[in-house]
Amino acid sequence: MSKRVAITGNEALAEAMRQINPDVVAAYPITPATEIVQIFADSVSNGRVDTEFVTVESEHSAMSATIGASAAGARAMTATSSQGLALMWEMLYIAAGLRLPIVAPIVNRALSAPINIHCDHSDTMGARDSGWIQIYSEDAQEAYDNLIQAIRISEHPDVLLPTMVTMDGFIVSHGMGNAELLADDVVQKFIGEYEPEHYLLDVENPITVGALDFADWYFEHRRQLADAHSKVQDVVLQVAKEFKEISGREYKLFDAYRLDDAEYAIVVINSAAGTAKTVVDELREKGLKVGLLKIRLFRPFPHKEIAEALSGKKAVAVLDRADSLSLMGGPLYIDLRAAMYDSPGSRVPMVNYIYGLGGRDVNLEQIAGVYDDLMEIAKTGKITQPVTYLGVRE
Amino acid sequence: MASLKELSMKEELLCGGHRACAGCAAPIAIRQALMAVDTDVVVGCATGCLEVTTTIYPFTAWNVPFIHNAFENSAATVSGVETAYRALKKKGKIKRDIQFIALGGDGGTYDIGLQSLSGAMERGHDMVYICYDNQAYMNTGIQRSSATPKGASTTTSPAGSAIPTGKKQIRKDLTEVMAAHHIPYAAQASPSNWKDFIRKVEKALAVEGPAFINVLAPCRLGWRFDPAETIDLMRLAVATCFWPLYEIEDGVVTVNHKPRNKKPVSEWLKKQGRFRHLFAPGNEAMLEEIQEDVDGNWNRLLAREAMG
Repeated sequence: MSKRVAITGNEALAEAMRQINPDVVAAYPITPATEIVQIFADSVSNGRVDTEFVTVESEHSAMSATIGASAAGARAMTATSSQGLALMWEMLYIAAGLRLPIVAPIVNRALSAPINIHCDHSDTMGARDSGWIQIYSEDAQEAYDNLIQAIRISEHPDVLLPTMVTMDGFIVSHGMGNAELLADDVVQKFIGEYEPEHYLLDVENPITVGALDFADWYFEHRRQLADAHSKVQDVVLQVAKEFKEISGREYKLFDAYRLDDAEYAIVVINSAAGTAKTVVDELREKGLKVGLLKIRLFRPFPHKEIAEALSGKKAVAVLDRADSLSLMGGPLYIDLRAAMYDSPGSRVPMVNYIYGLGGRDVNLEQIAGVYDDLMEIAKTGKITQPVTYLGVRE
Repeated sequence: MASLKELSMKEELLCGGHRACAGCAAPIAIRQALMAVDTDVVVGCATGCLEVTTTIYPFTAWNVPFIHNAFENSAATVSGVETAYRALKKKGKIKRDIQFIALGGDGGTYDIGLQSLSGAMERGHDMVYICYDNQAYMNTGIQRSSATPKGASTTTSPAGSAIPTGKKQIRKDLTEVMAAHHIPYAAQASPSNWKDFIRKVEKALAVEGPAFINVLAPCRLGWRFDPAETIDLMRLAVATCFWPLYEIEDGVVTVNHKPRNKKPVSEWLKKQGRFRHLFAPGNEAMLEEIQEDVDGNWNRLLAREAMG
């Protein structure tokens, strides 16, 4: 039986990991993801999982050992945040290039310098081209649900790619919320046994993993990686459909909130969507046609579907909790503008707001201000400032 | 252990056709090491000469399951493989007994991979780590490493007019660093003394928990010698006590070979182009220093053995 509980994001993900009961977890503590590792270690010490837990000496080794375990034929997981993810960088590309279905919760936290432990999306945004599937989560419930679905997505024979499931540091990782947790046996049945086709411990059929490609093969193998990513969207939707059957909760490529008839839309990732939805409701009360699009799958990017959902809007604001320093806005804005380039109809005016870096709060007034800006842009037909840093002392 | 005849009839787990240079000691060392394996084995290797020469896609020289991950993480990677083995064995998904060997050159072991190696040894994974020590970053073109001996000329420590001696620093004593982890077995070996080396790999595989073997592996390009002389150079390294053969079992030191007539280290140095500059007038003091270092290390080793 599923149960409704008050739970933090970290507790929810540690609980999902317990229920997944992976063969191997190799992890290293880092704020604000530490708790996931700690709670999971407690599950190991008290026999609530069968997992072999590797207490590595760094995140680089965490990902290296996870890669080794996954290549060996185990269902393997890790968890990290921020600098930890940055230290894994080299290995992220290898995990994807070796086509290993590793699943890792990542708790979004700003990158140094200056050192900061609070939320922004610089860490996972920087890993967006690493070949990992990226799924973002607004709250503990979504993070929990996404992590369980990620196992199925990663291990799907058409996919075989690693997946990171992210949620906002502290805001969600340490914030108590309501969530409905599935029963252990339901989760186990949903994810099924992991049966890899080729793996190191199949000693009767020896394989070489990580061979050297020169110019005659490297390109083909990287092309195959792109091909695998092209299969992800369908698998994400199929897994979501099956997940709805066990949970009653519906997941799509992205979440469209009062968007269909909206004239002004905000696109946002993770917890700020909650704040923005409140503003949408308030403005709707006043008769204003506003809506919201919340990203779920960011890599691969469902560009056609998102462009379709936003086409015909009078103005769109993209909220980025990370800067690209290209001076063309944040990473989500850049991707979305490219996605909208080929959308049918007249060009939708789009602006970018970089907000909440290093855990800076974003409040209702600021979001309402963004909708005001959009209405002004629609009225005047002019964009005076394409990229705005929201809530910063200039 | 098996006789030479028996060993010669064993299947080669690292087979011919790889692209290592003629006279390269690394594949010689690893073929010998794999002769000690009597169960199934999975091998991991750091980025480096051995990896690039044996796994050029779509070919592989490995007749056993093999993983290369990156440069600095051979030990961490194999610790993941070994952990997967324990997990899957516990679940009954794997029935056979499998051994685990992690490999790395001196770059991947002494330097960039030291943290990963230290972590894996401290955690107690049941694996044997073998460092094939060719005393410089040979794969990238002979740059100095912390394993490069004092006085060697490399592309990043070239002997020149301002620095006529080549590398100024003494090499890191990695075997001692590993022994300080108090792992059940640590040893130093040379493929020239194949019987000693294979016996050490057998011991290392037999102990429960982590084991480390540092094996000398001359590089003909980096050391600059005639590729026909690979084995001779190893013999001389042992005979001069530059590279003592010894093992540390549960803290007890045994010196496996004590040359009856210890040769001067210059006999070994002068055979190698990388030390040629040391024999030019003006570098006599450096030669003396190197001999003093070798003598000091050797005497300390003998003293440790005597302590039991």
